[in-house]
Amino acid sequence: MAGVLARIATFAIDGVDPRPVSVEVDIRSGLPAFTIVGLGDAAVRESRERIRAAILNSGYEFPQKRITANLAPASLRKAGPGFDVALALAVLAASRQFEPDPSAPVAVYGELSLGGELRDSPGVLAVAEGARRAGIARLIVPRARAREASLVDRVEVAGVRGLREAVAAAAGAELPPPPPAPSRPPPAATVDLADVRGHQIPLLALQIAAAGGHNLLLEGPPGTGKTMLARRLPSILPPLTRAQALEVTRIHSVAGLHADGLIETRPFRAPHHSISSAGLVGGGSPPRPGEASLAHFGVLFLDELSEFNRLALEALRQPLEDGRVTIVRGQRALVFPTRFMLVAATNPCPCGFAGVEDRCTCADADLRRHQRRLSGPLLDRIDLLVNVGRPVEAELRGPPLTDSRHARERVADARERQLVRLEETGATCNADLDARLVQTRVALDDGARDALGRAYTGGALSARGRHRVVRVARTIADLEGRERVTEVDLLLALSLRQRSAGEEALAA
Amino acid sequence: MSRRARGVDRPQACSRCLARTWLIARLAGHLEVERERVLSLLALDDDQLVLAVAGGKRNEIERQRREFSTAAAQATAIRAGVELVCGCSSTYPAALRDLAAPPAVLHVLGGIDRLRACVEAGAAAIVGTRTPSRYGGEMASALGRGVAGAGVTVVSGMAHGIDAAAHAGALGAQGGRTVAVLPGGVDRPYPQTLARLHARIAGAGVVLGELPPGTSVRRWMFQARNRVIAALSELTIVVEARQSSGALMTARHAAELGRTLGAVPGQVTSAPAAGPHELIAGGAALIRGAGDVLDLLFGAGVREPPDDRRPALTDAQAALLSALEQSGEVAGALTRSGLGVDRGLAELAALELSGWLRRGPGGRYSVIP
Repeated sequence: MAGVLARIATFAIDGVDPRPVSVEVDIRSGLPAFTIVGLGDAAVRESRERIRAAILNSGYEFPQKRITANLAPASLRKAGPGFDVALALAVLAASRQFEPDPSAPVAVYGELSLGGELRDSPGVLAVAEGARRAGIARLIVPRARAREASLVDRVEVAGVRGLREAVAAAAGAELPPPPPAPSRPPPAATVDLADVRGHQIPLLALQIAAAGGHNLLLEGPPGTGKTMLARRLPSILPPLTRAQALEVTRIHSVAGLHADGLIETRPFRAPHHSISSAGLVGGGSPPRPGEASLAHFGVLFLDELSEFNRLALEALRQPLEDGRVTIVRGQRALVFPTRFMLVAATNPCPCGFAGVEDRCTCADADLRRHQRRLSGPLLDRIDLLVNVGRPVEAELRGPPLTDSRHARERVADARERQLVRLEETGATCNADLDARLVQTRVALDDGARDALGRAYTGGALSARGRHRVVRVARTIADLEGRERVTEVDLLLALSLRQRSAGEEALAA
Repeated sequence: MSRRARGVDRPQACSRCLARTWLIARLAGHLEVERERVLSLLALDDDQLVLAVAGGKRNEIERQRREFSTAAAQATAIRAGVELVCGCSSTYPAALRDLAAPPAVLHVLGGIDRLRACVEAGAAAIVGTRTPSRYGGEMASALGRGVAGAGVTVVSGMAHGIDAAAHAGALGAQGGRTVAVLPGGVDRPYPQTLARLHARIAGAGVVLGELPPGTSVRRWMFQARNRVIAALSELTIVVEARQSSGALMTARHAAELGRTLGAVPGQVTSAPAAGPHELIAGGAALIRGAGDVLDLLFGAGVREPPDDRRPALTDAQAALLSALEQSGEVAGALTRSGLGVDRGLAELAALELSGWLRRGPGGRYSVIP
């Protein structure tokens, strides 16, 4: 006996990427049963109960027949309650309770409540992007997420409240009017460099870091303002492009951290030092983006760097090198984007007062442990080291030295110069310069070359450290609008250099 | 000359002296208990020493003494790459014979020939606290460099702080000679964290000790070591030492042996300057730099420390240096010197490159004298 078959399109979220999923429902006579196949997780299995209640509570009938639902492709693991609505619509279509609009391909995405309402579901932006790629004309999502989904152009978005509206939209009815723009809360007091008093050297270092995309280490005793400074770095980075903003929004949406609309400010993430490596770079089951991905196109701030779990820090190497992290689960590999700037803060020693005469109480062994925890491959990826001291009284009372708008303009100009110089190299800022590009794309004048040579011969720089100094010097020259790196630029870069293993203090 | 060829006529320690050394190492734990009077105990002969400290272990130790094998002791030294010279040899440094209880055997890393050259060049000890101020560390390093650069051997104890800075300074000088006298076995860097310095000294200078290879350090050994430093050097200079510092012990040994004493002045209010100031008040020579050391050793103006090859300072750099001398804190110094941030930071790096400044922990700079 022939059964009745219906198909509805939806999407699974794989990492942060949408994958098209076709929900197929077959209804034939037999003992009443409802089976879902297609590698779903517990949430998918439980959706049977939600769907049954939602269908009945919305005034439809739940067919007393043998119902088989398949989430195709069957090889892809599917997690979460986002398939609820698609399953419900497929059941209704297969039981002839509604007719999908044959003229336009439709996709739906969302979780159902027992009462038949569509619940807020994370990851809608990713689904909308998938819909556009798949050529879907109309996407039905929970109303709370309609604005987010409509960030993607060329897809008509229906924000619906309940199953009945979803059915109407899928049948080709007029769309409910788009939700009114939420009355925006007054813009939260944003941070600005103008809040900073004193800290002349750290402010300079922040601008250099922002201009060249260099990772930065802030070192200083407790309570001197390291966190306060780091928090202001996003405010001087160039604004996100629309494509970048969409990518950031998609990641935050998948992680369920994002309320509404487009994220237009660069993210700033400051995980606690107790974080695991899965929390930092992503992982878990199903794999979720970690802090490194949530900081994509923004700033990842690691306060108390020496307190972080060594494994977690080691895990940051790949994301720092490649701008993405690959998480392998069973047969498949998920890729999360991680192009963030790293800002780390640390005390110079466990008590924080090394170098302040007679105030450091650390034993030798403590100092060594502290150094060992800091040293390593992570520090190799940090171009800049700046010491943050206590501002003096006069500075605290004085006017701010600069503000974010001013700094942002300088940074944007410097980045513009880099883009022109690095055209067709694949690099976008000076921090991306590898050994070869340092050789071919950075012009040093005679004074700079001489100073670099002296520092290298004197043992103050390793080969790797040499590249770091040249990269930073290039950025300093870019900030000043100079075509060639001068001696002053190079010396300034040297004084902000991050030391690595094998480099002696000069003239020791 | 190959190593093997030299081995034929390499001075070997005699059985008696080796047995003596073995005995002291065997009694190390017993001596630790008696460390208040360890130097007078070391002056006893072998039998009396066992009687004095062995207690209930006496019979066991006597038996082990009878079983002692010279060949085994020699073999241990060869395995550790250590050369030996005993008190019965003509190559033994004569200055050590001034001691009431000279070391029976010297264990040498770096070669007997080099030790002889170091002793013949004339030696000055530079000692002090393990936790110096930035100023103290820089003075020790500059003295080491200047003195060694003028051909004088720098002797010290390879402890953290002043000792290590003096050795490092001496190694940095052209052809600089330095001798590190270790408390325990010379093959074991003590402190372990200075293993790299230990290797550099063994490579270009001499590491010396009176106990057999492999001996681990006990507290009484520091006193014993200090007397060797004092005896080996014509002049002992204390750079920084708090009131109870072991460096003052070295100074006392030097005074008892009739050696010259020198001390580097500091600020009266600074705790680690208290030791040197007390010595100066008691008649020690005032040491302001390597020139003073050379004048004391050879007479005024006979030898000069090597020229300062560092480039002359610009006015701006001089202002920055003097601001940094008040406090190593950069931000304040830039303000005081009147330089802008960009320019000031660049000058800092320039000064560092030309050897006027050293960047220390916490981003603080110290001025190299």
